[in-house]
Amino acid sequence: MKPTLDTVLLEARQITKRWPGVVALDGVDFRVYAGKVNALVGENGAGKSTLMNILSGVYADYEGEVLLAGQPIRFRTTAEAQRVGVTMVHQELNLIPQLNVAENIFLGREPLNLLGMIDYDRMHREAQQHLQRVGFTHDSHTTLCDLKVGEQQLVEIAKALSLQARILIFDEPTSSLSEQETQTLFRLIDELKKDGVGLVYITHKMDELSRLADYVTVLRDGHLIGEHRVHDTTTDEIVRLMVGRERKDLFVKNDHPKGEVALEVRSLSLEKRLQNRTLKLDDISFEVRRGEVLGIYGLMGAGRTEVVETLFGLHGAEARGVLRIGEREFLPQSPREAMDAGIALIPEDRKHDGLVLGMDIARNTTLASLVKVLRWGSIDRKREEAEAERYRDELAIKSHSVYQLTGELSGGNQQKVVLAKMLRTEPQILLLDEPTRGIDINAKNEIYKLIDRLAAEGRAVVVISSEMPEIMALSDRILTLSAGRLTGCFNRTEFTEEALLKASLPTV
Amino acid sequence: MLSKSIFRIDRSILRPLVALLVMALAMSFLSENFATSDNFFNVMRQVSVNLCISVGMTLVILTGGIDLSVGSILALSGAVAAGLIKTGISCEGVNLYVSFTFFGVVVVALLVGAFLGWFNGLMVTRFKVPPFIATLGMLTIARGMTMLYTNGHPITGLGAQFEYLGTGWFCGVPMPVLVAAVVVVVFALFMRKSPWGRYIYAIGGNERASRLSGISVNRIKLFVYTMAGLLSAVAALIVTARLDSAQPNAGSGYELDSIAAVVIGGTSLNGGKGSIWGTVIGALIIGVLNNGLVLLNVSPFWQQVIKGLVILLAVIMDRMSAKEQA
Repeated sequence: MKPTLDTVLLEARQITKRWPGVVALDGVDFRVYAGKVNALVGENGAGKSTLMNILSGVYADYEGEVLLAGQPIRFRTTAEAQRVGVTMVHQELNLIPQLNVAENIFLGREPLNLLGMIDYDRMHREAQQHLQRVGFTHDSHTTLCDLKVGEQQLVEIAKALSLQARILIFDEPTSSLSEQETQTLFRLIDELKKDGVGLVYITHKMDELSRLADYVTVLRDGHLIGEHRVHDTTTDEIVRLMVGRERKDLFVKNDHPKGEVALEVRSLSLEKRLQNRTLKLDDISFEVRRGEVLGIYGLMGAGRTEVVETLFGLHGAEARGVLRIGEREFLPQSPREAMDAGIALIPEDRKHDGLVLGMDIARNTTLASLVKVLRWGSIDRKREEAEAERYRDELAIKSHSVYQLTGELSGGNQQKVVLAKMLRTEPQILLLDEPTRGIDINAKNEIYKLIDRLAAEGRAVVVISSEMPEIMALSDRILTLSAGRLTGCFNRTEFTEEALLKASLPTV
Repeated sequence: MLSKSIFRIDRSILRPLVALLVMALAMSFLSENFATSDNFFNVMRQVSVNLCISVGMTLVILTGGIDLSVGSILALSGAVAAGLIKTGISCEGVNLYVSFTFFGVVVVALLVGAFLGWFNGLMVTRFKVPPFIATLGMLTIARGMTMLYTNGHPITGLGAQFEYLGTGWFCGVPMPVLVAAVVVVVFALFMRKSPWGRYIYAIGGNERASRLSGISVNRIKLFVYTMAGLLSAVAALIVTARLDSAQPNAGSGYELDSIAAVVIGGTSLNGGKGSIWGTVIGALIIGVLNNGLVLLNVSPFWQQVIKGLVILLAVIMDRMSAKEQA
């Protein structure tokens, strides 16, 4: 890095963070400058949030050192970081839905009166001042859960302001804000810069860089790719830096003939409000043929998982649109209905959604198709065992027997049990949501080969993945999603990392 | 092959089984009245009531729920049974009188219990009321309805057939014990061999994964609460028959003995882990404890303290063994 004239407030040197089996950050340097915005960019899983969680005291366990105004410092808690002026505005909101706005802002540091009771008047008065700065228009007595997600984000920012932060970290703050709220936030950031506050801004939106940032730091796969002055670079250059990894060809796809359309999706829409976020899909249409592997790529929160969940009948009441399978047109209202129509979902979170961890391999394998091992209405344990053995051999599930608990298996083997469970339902359409997340390289390769084989046997396969090389290696076609909309469709000859990433980046 | 798989003893119930044997052995040294055949059948008769309820409770707890209303459902089903056999149904205005045979009464009483349980299930599944609250509501509702139905007075004098159910013997086994044994074997079979039994374990182990495996979670939950109500009614028939009387305050506090039996038997309150056979042993432990403390002339106040400590001890040991495995 070139030396600069700007004052460095906070500096991270050679930060390495290891998770079991993974290096999330590998010797990364990072600086926060007084009165400047250093934008942090990179793909999903590049290590942006991990790095910021270290700087803001969420993770205390890491290698390397952090210097605050030149002095080495090690935060053990977020409260410790906040006390010296380092605050992070998280993307997933850390607010309490049942409390009101002011109570949330001052949670844990309520102003007290002489009797040691909470001084509500002062609390609301001070809250109001901070709220005004972020352009929050409701009363500070409003209960948090009555606010929209974007408004809650503003409260979170107001809370950060109330902490008198000298260093403020924003993690994709505009992803839930309206256009007007975004403009207010930008003006606020300008003000904070004038006050000499050091700012870090994580974003996927390239056009925000030129508007806000002075520096841009690119991370890729846990490595620092470089820090640049925004003036000296271009959007294309940054996108190239974000994805520019060397090709490692793990897997060579075979080309099989495509058959008729197995599944046609027309105008799939969804609007479902959860406690702290809204699931949203907007008019999504596509088709998958027999023998085809269709990839779906998008950044976090683009709606990838929502698409396959809706196809699998998990959002029946809130979804609109039609699936056509053969002659049948319908929208599944439950997983059972989807499975009966030949659809299978391998969910993203195998521990929470895929397996009963306290049950053995055999019982998990037959769970979705128990009727097939019944004799006279009761479970035929011999047949169940034989079936489980067959899948254990076929998918090379490593275990000491089919009666080993799935909770004791490695991630890759757990995933294979989930696959076995869904393959036993004899699906014609397979939906795989991040099928290789968190599993080792050998198991990954086995799953790639399995996907290839399933397609070769004439099934239609839909694969979601955040890993670009993976999805490009597996897919015949890739759809890109952004903010719940379909933003692109690429044939195999058109696959480039730049093109896919560009199509998935949200626009302001 | 059938018998082997039904009576196969899980490793998890080994610990309560050993505890039961040690307790029984200790009691027979401490009191000469314990190890007699009279006392044996006495204990078994007492246990049979709690056991019927606890089998239903096991199903509910295996799904991760709880049922506090079993005692009140017992009271109402018992009162309805006694009322019908004594006076039938009469409508004064239209000069209608319906009398019931013994079997008619049994069927109606069971239906009452099943309906109240089903109502619990409806609250839990359709209206998403937490099981603790839903069944707490039913605890009060069913008790109140019992009071309304009986005007707060016991209904006594129920006839020979009822008496036989409570105090009779069949092939050398007391009737209540026979009933409980049938319930245990039927449900042990059901849990081990039927798909629904498997689904009950799966839902308690991981509800989301069960749903994503196409299991109709709500239907199964509705079923387990209905069964808990039905089995409370079975227990009600035994209690009513044994006393030859339906007491308006019958069964109060039974939910606690039942939960204790399930937990001591090694079933996890988080659901997904446990067995009917564990519950059988748990119920026997409670029965032996109750009986032994009486034989040893321990004051009723101390009996409660000791029972509470045993429950805590059982759960602590369970937790410690779970930690060892992890």
